[in-house]
Amino acid sequence: MSDLNKLTIADARDNLRAGKISSAELTEACLSAIEGAGALNAFVLDTPELAREMAKAADQRIKAGDGAAMTGIPLGIKDLFCTRGVTTQAASGILDGFVPEYESTVTRNLWNAGAVMLGKLNMDEFAMGSSNETSVYGNAVNPWKVDDRKLTPGGSSGGSAAAVAADLCLAATGTDTGGSIRQPAAFTGTVGLKPTYGRVSRWGTIAFASSLDQAGPMTKTVRDAAIMLGAMASVDPMDSTSADIPVPDFEAALTGDIRGKKIGIPREYRMEGMPAEIDALWQKGADMLRDAGAEIVDISLPHTKYALPAYYVIAPAEASSNLARYDGVRYGRRAKLGQGDGIVEMYEKTRAEGFGPEVKRRLMIGTYVLSAGFYDAYYNRARKVRALIKRDFDQAYASGVDAILTPATPSAAFGLGDMSGKDPVEMYLLDVFTVTVNLAGLPGISVPVGLDAQGLPLGLQLIGRPFDEGDLLNHAYVLERAAGFAARPAQWW
Amino acid sequence: MSITEDEARKVAHLARIAVEDSHLPALAAELNNILHFMEQLNEVDVDGIEPMTGVTPMRLKRRADVVTDGGYPQKILANAPDAREGFFAVPKVVE
Repeated sequence: MSDLNKLTIADARDNLRAGKISSAELTEACLSAIEGAGALNAFVLDTPELAREMAKAADQRIKAGDGAAMTGIPLGIKDLFCTRGVTTQAASGILDGFVPEYESTVTRNLWNAGAVMLGKLNMDEFAMGSSNETSVYGNAVNPWKVDDRKLTPGGSSGGSAAAVAADLCLAATGTDTGGSIRQPAAFTGTVGLKPTYGRVSRWGTIAFASSLDQAGPMTKTVRDAAIMLGAMASVDPMDSTSADIPVPDFEAALTGDIRGKKIGIPREYRMEGMPAEIDALWQKGADMLRDAGAEIVDISLPHTKYALPAYYVIAPAEASSNLARYDGVRYGRRAKLGQGDGIVEMYEKTRAEGFGPEVKRRLMIGTYVLSAGFYDAYYNRARKVRALIKRDFDQAYASGVDAILTPATPSAAFGLGDMSGKDPVEMYLLDVFTVTVNLAGLPGISVPVGLDAQGLPLGLQLIGRPFDEGDLLNHAYVLERAAGFAARPAQWW
Repeated sequence: MSITEDEARKVAHLARIAVEDSHLPALAAELNNILHFMEQLNEVDVDGIEPMTGVTPMRLKRRADVVTDGGYPQKILANAPDAREGFFAVPKVVE
């Protein structure tokens, strides 16, 4: 079998179980694909020796008849997950050389299931960005292109999306605070799932905004997302917001039958100035679900317009608190100090040179909205608006809607550098269809549905009921089958 | 509301991020733009709405107040830029 790196998780699993391939072969195929893909800058740290060791153990486990669904599957890991003994920097200079002494719950679950680590993946610094351009390693590059321009793979999980789209790994972990899994998936023609808040443990995943962060799978197919979520999710005593809800068999939920289901189309997501082809894709997606026997209904989520400003108060506020720990004392980098510099100068110099401009900007905004005199005007008001945004969704689901269909992004992937020099707020607007889902703690998935006029992938987003990822994945599975998205980027790297 | 250069300096100090004086006007302008964007929130009627504290309707878990972990100072100190004699070392804070 050739091009083993191009397999899906499901196909690799079946072939591994049938003894037709070994994890060692599968892992070698990925390692050589990674070696040839330096131009994508998706992997920022390769761990080939560890990968070969883990593949060998996986092969033994499969031979012994003890293989799980993810056993022997080679994965890329976003640089935000702490991996024991393997440098983890959140793509930031301030964590220069940080080697965790512990393993995040997500990656521990994956290794316990027998998955293989290929290395660490590029991302926006501390997951703050929508184009992967805030990374201390330089940006990852989208394997998709239509002319000489290099395109962004999206952000913040840009390295994960690029690696999956370019078949450097079978799947990757991502994290999503405002759209950081779903937007890069849409930009690269891959599938990205943000689970319900609390489904996946946050322990050992470097925090950005704790009430919004959630890790999830980035895969080639919806079935793979179901398989991988099953291995990532767990009830974890180490995360006090981890929900005490058993993890079901998500793959078993993929029946392909959505007859009688009700799909909501939120009218507030029809944004002014939205490109006609995004609107057409959305309509096409609704038609596909209707043809599969679902009922399409118009719904209203009246506070949608206020999701972005609320998000850009709440997320920086939480970040300013979470990132206070990077002070040059316990880990990472400490600035060189001058004669007579005290501890405050040490903090201020370390943070000034360790953080990049976007992170500093958000930390200062967060500090401002939490400061005395402004806390009520900004932070508390934003939290009240958040409650209203969640109530909008609660009411939609209470009225009998099973899933909500929206565009994933307001455009296809844009050129690297296109947004530089623009007002930061313009970059924030890219999250318009995805942030609501984080604010409401809901599960959301981006599925590739078509190509735009230039030939770049476009995705649609499905939003599900809390803790019903199985049903959400089943809707996504139907959409995926109907769309039949089979385009792949031509290999130029 | 609008941020002056002085306020920008104060915010930077509160966030413990050194900003050179020459960069303060640009910083103040940038922060003002973002705050202006946030001011849309003032259009929303939030009367009688409780600020959200947790997105899932669950009570934070509790456990017995006992030591469950620890006893490995060398691991805790392994990544410190400066550790001596089992402690994190910082510039002198007490004269």
